[in-house]
Amino acid sequence: MSDVKHIKLPDGSIEKQTTTLNLGPTHPATHGVFQNIVEMDGERIVSSEQTVGYIHRAFEKIAERRPLYQITPLTDRLNYCSSPINNMGWHLTCEKLLKVKTPKRVDYMRVIIMELARIADHLICNSVVGVDSGALSVFLYVMQYRELIYEIYEEICGSRLTTNIGRIGGFERNFTNTAWTKLDKFLAEYPGVLKEFENLLTRNRIFMERTIGAGPISAERALNYGFTGPNLRAAGVDYDVRVHSPYSSYEDFDFTVPVGTTGDCYDRFLVRNQEMWQSLSIIEQAKQKLEQFKGAEAEVYHADIPEYYLPEKKDVYTKMEALIWHFKIIMGETAMPAGEVYQSVEGGNGELGFYLISDGGRSPYRLHFRRPCFIYYQAYAEITKGAMLSDAIITLSSLNLIAGEMDA
Amino acid sequence: MALTNEFIKGKLTEKFGEGVYSFEEPYEMLTFESHKDDNLKVLQFLFDDEDLKFQFLTDICAVHYPDKKGSELAVVYHLHNLVDNVRIRFKVFTGIEQPDVFSATALYQSANWMERETYDFYGINFVGHPNLKRILNVDEMDYFPMRKEFPLEDQTRIDKDDEMFGRGGSIW
Amino acid sequence: MSRPVRFNIHPKQPDIHDNIALAEMPEGVQGEGYFATGLERALTLARKNSLWPLPFATSCCGIEFMATMGSHYDLSRFGSERLGFTPRQCDLLMVMGTIAKKMAPVLRQVYLQMAEPRWVMAVGACASSGGIFDTYSVLQGIDQVIPVDVYVPGCPPRPEAILDGFMRIQELVHNESLRRRNSEHYKALLGSYGIQ
Repeated sequence: MSDVKHIKLPDGSIEKQTTTLNLGPTHPATHGVFQNIVEMDGERIVSSEQTVGYIHRAFEKIAERRPLYQITPLTDRLNYCSSPINNMGWHLTCEKLLKVKTPKRVDYMRVIIMELARIADHLICNSVVGVDSGALSVFLYVMQYRELIYEIYEEICGSRLTTNIGRIGGFERNFTNTAWTKLDKFLAEYPGVLKEFENLLTRNRIFMERTIGAGPISAERALNYGFTGPNLRAAGVDYDVRVHSPYSSYEDFDFTVPVGTTGDCYDRFLVRNQEMWQSLSIIEQAKQKLEQFKGAEAEVYHADIPEYYLPEKKDVYTKMEALIWHFKIIMGETAMPAGEVYQSVEGGNGELGFYLISDGGRSPYRLHFRRPCFIYYQAYAEITKGAMLSDAIITLSSLNLIAGEMDA
Repeated sequence: MALTNEFIKGKLTEKFGEGVYSFEEPYEMLTFESHKDDNLKVLQFLFDDEDLKFQFLTDICAVHYPDKKGSELAVVYHLHNLVDNVRIRFKVFTGIEQPDVFSATALYQSANWMERETYDFYGINFVGHPNLKRILNVDEMDYFPMRKEFPLEDQTRIDKDDEMFGRGGSIW
Repeated sequence: MSRPVRFNIHPKQPDIHDNIALAEMPEGVQGEGYFATGLERALTLARKNSLWPLPFATSCCGIEFMATMGSHYDLSRFGSERLGFTPRQCDLLMVMGTIAKKMAPVLRQVYLQMAEPRWVMAVGACASSGGIFDTYSVLQGIDQVIPVDVYVPGCPPRPEAILDGFMRIQELVHNESLRRRNSEHYKALLGSYGIQ
């Protein structure tokens, strides 16, 4: 000690023994804008503090100024990796408020869209876990196949990422033949890709060493922290909104809910992979069910509720009745019931809830989004305590945090 | 024994009597209120009771009703019993002059950020919260933006180019 | 139905021999074993074809940027194989996504850390103008805090649009005079943002 006395050290640095490190808000290892200020003892994390809100966009305030059908674009931008699920969740909320019953065919079409979105979401998350553990090529490989999903979206609604898909009561148009062809192409090609993706990572020694035991959470703590979705299931709780409170006719489908045991990064990875297989099977089932509709039934793509369903633009220009309804809906002349509704859907990363209070006006009196990753990100400080910094980075990506959803 | 809405209501009135009121069932979800000082007791009872076991906190949010004098702000809890798969909604109302509500962080870890968010938007002061400060907005913000009297846009801001966007008075 | 806007009405013939794209040779004098051209031409040619982008991705547009970078659209074809994640090494700041008021000082800090010459591209409606979020918390366009060279519209823009924006940046880089960054005009521009 004596020979280093002439070196002038900052005050308190000898007593402190730990290093403060700032990660974010634009750190490349945090996929999104979060700030983590970590206190490190060597390579281990002693404590950390999270700051969020770097892209707070005031969705809930905007929603109070907008009619129901204009809120769909906002929901796109919550979890932008799986926008269609958010869109459908919002439509289901409105339909619950308006007591609209959608035809079975619409439900099945929605299921196809939602499960495609789930695959896209999990695919991004899992390949990014690969990137953070050093396997960049997997990411580059599967990104091509996410494009196939985006092409299907594009064929159905004209947009790739922020889809704004569907209307209250159904879809804006029927799925075209091209969309079905593209879906078939996807269903034919994707299982092979997913298999290869799994082959590359699941039993890969390096990947296993990096992820097993990284960022674990027990089922009890996970529940107390409000975990939902794949992260909760990885901890061993089989809670899935699709099963517990089925919406959009999920009760007609046969699928299993994969669960993990330890809730670490590896379990989360496996649960997501398994869910992609389940989603594929659900899409196949939905396709089969849709083929059973014959005649006029096979052309139904929205509920028969002219007072809430925005008519097709083509009809608005050519048909008197459609024009009248269009005018009435846009000008807020249709009756809106007062009441409060909570509707949740199984989003890409958990239970996405919509709490809507309507006072009978054309826009919501209050709309609150239950954003799953905002709620479970609180646990990050506890999960990573005592972990290595590099494990904390993998944990961050395997939790599937989406900044847009977190900050609303 | 099925955990029906009537059963939950019976249990609650048996325990709290007049302390819980305004039972409703909008869209099949049991909704009730209590006095704001009792909110922790009610939550604790719902958490601990052997039959009820509402141990999963789905959501906390607030609502502003400017017309209800004396109880302008409502704090809404959504609770979920994951075993029997039943959801309930629980509300407490508080005046806007002194919006103090007890914090549920001791019961649910997840309440921490949800309460911070509610504070950030509505200024509800959660008594007993370990770290009650703004979470989404900048720390310097001096008002609670989700209250109804505040407009969507910040009126004092200078980063808007009104002429470029057709806002303001010079478009004609 | 004919559309008001048509794309690719003058399709360009790709200038590719044996599947290798070559940069166009600048004007100059050449003979056996030598080639002479202006310093400016040589430098801008090099800069143009090796831009290092710094992705400042905050939200949805960042996901489309992932697609742009990925194997399908492949930004690397334009000479930006390497994404630098540190502002000190990068030439091009690509701002993708909503910038909230809370984020604005961070963005400005990142810009200040970049070395001259630096270019900025605002990708998407939010970065360009605030987009649909005309609210108390969102900055109405990043040009309120830093100067921007190219705006890419869209919410989010397709990868093709991002690539087009990138090529426009390349054009700017190619045609920029070496003295521009020392000019009074440029200093005045930065001065209007309070940057010395």
